[in-house]
Amino acid sequence: MTRETLTLSFRFLILLLVQVFVLNNIQLFGHLNPMLYILFVILYPLKKERANFMWASFFLGLSIDFFSNSGGINAAATLAIAYFRLPILKLIINRPDIDYTVFKINQEPFIKVILYTCILTFLHHFVVFSLEYFSWNSFIPVLKKSINTSVFTILLSTLYLLFFRKNSKSNF
Amino acid sequence: MQQIFYFIEKYKYFLLFMALELVALLFTIQSHSYHKSQFVNSANAITGGLYKKHKAIFQFTSLIKENENLATENTLLRNRLESLKNNSYTPKDSTYQKYIYTTAKVINNSFTKKNNILTIDKGRNDGLQLDMGVISSTGLIGIINNISNNYATVLSVLNSQSKINARLKKNHYFGTLSWNGNDYKKAQLVDIQRQANIQIGDTIVSGGKSTLFPEGIIIGTIHSFDKTRKTYENIEILLSTDMSNLGYVHVVENKEKPEIKNLENSHD
Repeated sequence: MTRETLTLSFRFLILLLVQVFVLNNIQLFGHLNPMLYILFVILYPLKKERANFMWASFFLGLSIDFFSNSGGINAAATLAIAYFRLPILKLIINRPDIDYTVFKINQEPFIKVILYTCILTFLHHFVVFSLEYFSWNSFIPVLKKSINTSVFTILLSTLYLLFFRKNSKSNF
Repeated sequence: MQQIFYFIEKYKYFLLFMALELVALLFTIQSHSYHKSQFVNSANAITGGLYKKHKAIFQFTSLIKENENLATENTLLRNRLESLKNNSYTPKDSTYQKYIYTTAKVINNSFTKKNNILTIDKGRNDGLQLDMGVISSTGLIGIINNISNNYATVLSVLNSQSKINARLKKNHYFGTLSWNGNDYKKAQLVDIQRQANIQIGDTIVSGGKSTLFPEGIIIGTIHSFDKTRKTYENIEILLSTDMSNLGYVHVVENKEKPEIKNLENSHD
């Protein structure tokens, strides 16, 4: 339990720092920042008790907001995917009963993991950019930017997932 | 009573979700209103301190450009000084200056979002206050919108909330500088009168209408515009400052601002 908490805290910090000091400073094609920090939500172990997970995701988003002066945009989006993660995962895995204690995202078929990552990423990015533009008139630019940024976030996430799929059998 | 507990127990995650979403939305709405100090900002000791450390490590990457800018500005100021020497005008009080400048370093830059905000490494302890203008050696940057003891955040001209009084250098027709969120190299000039007779290539400077900036700080040049029967439309301004590469900036304090504000308020 403590080891898991330690791993999760470490991941929280590393993803926060990488996002703020590396990814926020690279501009792909002039205006795209991949938001890799949502890997925290994607990789968080499934549990029956979800309150801690939701608080952690909320605070990760809020920390990003503090660094990037964006109000509560990332907090709202990260919390949203944290809340909707379970129903989405159930839908994709398509198994009536998921045993939370033994479930590991790494042991699922890779295509399903990618699909799950794609949906969560797009959902997150769409909320982020909707709140950033904050107007109904800019639906099309918001959609465009969400899709474009999602492509790069998913690409980076996939690389990470592939790497850890090979490397270890025991991560959370 | 038991019903209520049952309800809470059943929907506790949903309730937690709604409560936290509400908090996040409140922060977001707060960040979209300009004249409110924001709870979530990077001008605090932790984020400011980390940005400062990070900047200290990676500063060398922009040194060459920085030196060039300084040299160019020095030449410009030298020329201006020479022309002043020949001027017969002498102020009554030679120690008096209307504007006082403080140098600060941009420790976090952003220019790709819809609402861009910068972080600088000076704060209240260095004499900075809210609503002070920020300029660089090449042009106008923005306005201070959050401040802590050692750090401040600057509402960049590349922000949908930013409205800066600007005028043509060649005549005194003025308009408002705003940004549509598309290209960080170009801002837009709105509300300019038809009589202004603008041309492509005309220089746009800060107007004297606001107490934030000295008059005549360069903003950019007109890149393109459409002319209709009544007004000018879509005036694109090519910014003179490269907002993607900011090093040192100057914060402007207007010594006469309290007096002007006082006078303006006395009419109410």
